[in-house]
Amino acid sequence: MNTALSWIKAYVPDLEVTDQEYMDAMTLSGTKVEGMKRLDQNLEKIVVGQIVKLEKHPDADKLLVCQVDVGSQTIQIVTGAHNISEGDKIPVVLEGGNVAASVHADGKAPEHGIRIKKGKLRGVPSFGMMCSIEELGSTREFFPDAPENGIYLLPPDTPVGADAVEVLGLRDTVFEYEITSNRVDCYSVLGIAREAAATFRKKFVAPVISETGNGEDVRDFLQVEVQDPDLCPRYCARMVKNIRIAPSPKWMQRRLAASGVRPINNLVDITNYVMEEFGQPMHAFDYDQLAGHKIVVKRAQDGDTFQTLDGQIRRLDSNMLMINDGEKGVCIAGIMGGENSKITDNVKTMVFEAACFDGTNVRLSSKRLGLRTESSGKFEKGLDPNTAKLAMDRACQLIEELGCGEVVGGMIDVYPQKREEKTVAFDPDYINALLGTDISREQMLAYFQPLELVYSEADNTLHIPTWRQDISCKADVAEEVARFYGYDHIPTTLPSGAASAGKLSFKLRVEETARQAAQFCGFSQAMTYSFESPKVFDRLLIPSDCALRKAIPIMNPLGEDYSIMRTTPLNGMLTSLATNFNRRNKNVRLYEIANVYLPEELPLTKLPDERTAFSLGMYGEGDFFTMKGVVEEFLHRVGMNKKIGYDPTGSNSTGVYPSGKLPFLHPGRQARIWYDGQEIGYLGEVHPQVTDNYAIGERVYLAVLDLPYIVANATYDYKYTGLAKYPSVTRDISMVMKKEIMVGQVEEIIEKKGGKLVEKYELFDIYEGSQIMAGYKSVAYSITFRAADRTLEDREVQNAMDHILKALQELGIELRK
Amino acid sequence: MKEKLQKIREEALAQLESSDTLDRLNEIRVAYLGKKGKLTAVLKGMKEVAPEERPRVGQMVNETRAAIETYLDSARKKIADKMREEQLKKEVIDVTLPAQKNHFGHRHPNTIALEEMERIFIGMGYEVMEGPEIEYDKYNFEYLNIPANHPAKDEQDTFYINNDILLRTQTSSVQVHAMEQGKLPIRMIAPGRVFRSDEVDATHSPSFHQVEGLVVDRNITFADLKGTLAEFAREMFGEQTKTKFRPHHFPFTEPSAEMDVTCFKCGGKGCRFCKGSGWIEILGCGMVHPHVLELCGIDPEVYTGFAFGVGLERIALLKYEIDDMRLLYENDERFLKQF
Repeated sequence: MNTALSWIKAYVPDLEVTDQEYMDAMTLSGTKVEGMKRLDQNLEKIVVGQIVKLEKHPDADKLLVCQVDVGSQTIQIVTGAHNISEGDKIPVVLEGGNVAASVHADGKAPEHGIRIKKGKLRGVPSFGMMCSIEELGSTREFFPDAPENGIYLLPPDTPVGADAVEVLGLRDTVFEYEITSNRVDCYSVLGIAREAAATFRKKFVAPVISETGNGEDVRDFLQVEVQDPDLCPRYCARMVKNIRIAPSPKWMQRRLAASGVRPINNLVDITNYVMEEFGQPMHAFDYDQLAGHKIVVKRAQDGDTFQTLDGQIRRLDSNMLMINDGEKGVCIAGIMGGENSKITDNVKTMVFEAACFDGTNVRLSSKRLGLRTESSGKFEKGLDPNTAKLAMDRACQLIEELGCGEVVGGMIDVYPQKREEKTVAFDPDYINALLGTDISREQMLAYFQPLELVYSEADNTLHIPTWRQDISCKADVAEEVARFYGYDHIPTTLPSGAASAGKLSFKLRVEETARQAAQFCGFSQAMTYSFESPKVFDRLLIPSDCALRKAIPIMNPLGEDYSIMRTTPLNGMLTSLATNFNRRNKNVRLYEIANVYLPEELPLTKLPDERTAFSLGMYGEGDFFTMKGVVEEFLHRVGMNKKIGYDPTGSNSTGVYPSGKLPFLHPGRQARIWYDGQEIGYLGEVHPQVTDNYAIGERVYLAVLDLPYIVANATYDYKYTGLAKYPSVTRDISMVMKKEIMVGQVEEIIEKKGGKLVEKYELFDIYEGSQIMAGYKSVAYSITFRAADRTLEDREVQNAMDHILKALQELGIELRK
Repeated sequence: MKEKLQKIREEALAQLESSDTLDRLNEIRVAYLGKKGKLTAVLKGMKEVAPEERPRVGQMVNETRAAIETYLDSARKKIADKMREEQLKKEVIDVTLPAQKNHFGHRHPNTIALEEMERIFIGMGYEVMEGPEIEYDKYNFEYLNIPANHPAKDEQDTFYINNDILLRTQTSSVQVHAMEQGKLPIRMIAPGRVFRSDEVDATHSPSFHQVEGLVVDRNITFADLKGTLAEFAREMFGEQTKTKFRPHHFPFTEPSAEMDVTCFKCGGKGCRFCKGSGWIEILGCGMVHPHVLELCGIDPEVYTGFAFGVGLERIALLKYEIDDMRLLYENDERFLKQF
């Protein structure tokens, strides 16, 4: 909402503030000023001049040499403009003065404007400049009487030597307000003026609306019928005849222009003026185009079409409210009129409408039509029906005052259920207790006065004017008090009451550990979107019958690329890695902790299972086992110290992932991660086809841990085992075995058969190649034996080794000599 | 004999004096004190000395040996010191050479801002909670005083799954969960993802993060809200930070406010960063609307509360001077590694 300060001052005549004071105080009382524009910015030493003599330039055909009376003196000005003649009054910037922009303003004015110096044009001295409207910082849009590419001509009665900026109404500042949606009343000049009066403790002077109309009665010419009063609480209609279309007066044009409304003609300008002033949109119909001289307000029918006055054909439905005449639709209520009844320059008699339409209905209709207008924007906030009559009378008053036509007497007012004032209890103790203040009752009442909240001593209530739809309970009244007491005057304290222990939830603590472990291992934190394209499943080679494809679709997505809620974090991770690869970043390691969304059934009837996934991805240095190390580092940090299992088949999957080999991973380089009888995640090398699909030209390794399982198993507990006092014995074994046998099986044997004496074992060599039979590999382990309470005897170690070797042999593993 | 020993001693000392390597010292030691050394030779020749002379000569030999050993030690130390000194001289490095990078990973800037906030509020006794991202309409809107067809529902451009289920547009939904649990008093913050149907550009993202705060107890006042958030601002943006509360409107708080903080670049003087105003808008807040308390089963005549909501990305962008929101979701490692 943009409004010139001068317009506000028209209703708060005692208001004397600087622009900055106004902006700060209004913002602090709740009418936020978003910006301001001084209309006289960069305009200096600009006066009204009169051309007393005009001659051709001796050496240039296109230039004129003018003698201009500027009041105190007559100066010579050379100009290239040609729309001037002797006797014209024009704005003149004197030498040393300043204008806002150049005549060839392309919309961009220099920050400090343009300084005007005396100079010579083709040898003839010039001591100033006559100004176009662009040079004065405005446009022809707002000064419709300004010529194209010419000097702005002032009215003949303008006093010579006067301040031309003042004369043009540019000694003003336009403020831009951000109005909150609850303050419908402030989408109007009067609403803001009322706030300004309350903010600066000045008197608010509402415009005086006089009686209008001739001796006739509108009811003799027009009938109004409201068939759907639920969508139209009030409908006011008056008529104007003998219309004389002409430009509106300058003062009205200036105010509209400052509000960003383009002046058109007296009729249009009056409706716009009243809309700005009261926040009440009005509509005008050509009376002679209304069949049956009748207005019927009712819902449209599904499938109806209607041509709005912008020429577009609109498809209507039965939830849209239409204004009809005796035969046909003439206006989509509150949104836009029709081509068939619009006011033309030949209009003789018109019907004025000031109505109140249901805000929600206008909003939804406007949304369905894809048609938002100044009018619908106002209606959809929910207007006060009591304003309609005021606005109507105001408009008719302006019609008469501006000589725009003859207002017919009387008003048709269909207003079956009058909206009455609400009352709210006045409870100063509650207010002070809520705010933490100690404001006197009298002080509070003083704040209410300019707001027209009227106190009734009889029942200790406040009567709330109907335009203040935002006030309906004690807390709302408290806000009024707070606003005018000043939020900045309310003290600052900390909550009293019992102290409480602040903490992270256990889950968030696990996530924190995950971040630390990942970062420790060189992984940086990524964040990716929760929604993605259904096409990602193909890119990830996920088969069409896989449960992972059961993703929740969004009803109104931004586009297909963001249309389903992800069921795996893979696409986000791979896309991020691909971005890095594409930008030639080397050795990239990323992790993300974010949710996947697994529906129990589709369509969704209850909330899905939101599972937090801890995913890691990398390319460059490192391999499968690097990733495995990261997983183990994390599990160790959360105190999951039992044996971690790795199953390459996925055949016994119990987790949230599909059973069998994971299709997006390399079939020979993947494992499900098991802990304490539960599957907690997976890791592996990404399938080369998938890396191709993502255009990553390197091997990519991934690990995904299902955080709910981690949260369930994390202990953050560690038990000390005594530091060894007795010496250990180490035995190395070197074996040859079939390739298919996994070292995990060997380790299981070492652990089981070696018994308690085995302190640790370490794989120190693994080899396949020319020295070994095809299909076989050589594996070497170093096993350390130790007892906590004695020095081991050779016999004991040998015994343990015999058990191990026997079990290995049973697996078909041979010892290498 | 005495002269002989004296001579050996002088000779040895002179040789030691002129030696400058440990090897040479060793040669000298062997030459005099070794098995075939000169002093050892004297001892071997003892049998030719008269028996009554032997103790005296023996003592003299020992004295000589001790003297030579003492000299040896000090010569050895001198040489070692010299060598150490030379080594140190040789090992001078150019300390301005570039540092070797540690290959640790980095937190996302959102997380840095979040952890900072969590630290501050946990210190003030707040619990950190979470709520679902896919949410029932009633938690996101209805219980927050935003009934069906309320314009705020449009303003927030909601992604819907169906008519009842949506992607939450605000972490305020977690307020409802917290209050519904019925455990009072409440002091909590709730960070999390929220979604609004904004097209991706430098300042918008359809998915971003908020941190919600809620306190409900007896006697909670607007002054408490101001005090708490002013304390938060000082901790978050620096001890000198001032706060300004402006009236605003949210359906679920009344009175409502927006909080500005003095620009952390210019300290409030006005700069390009704060568009000359000296202030930066940081969060929305207010006293929990009595109707919301009621809807959540809390008696507004007994309890009051305050709530606030902060945009995490907004804080991260401002604090770390990131000029394009898209950077936060691209995950370019060169970006992430700056934090």
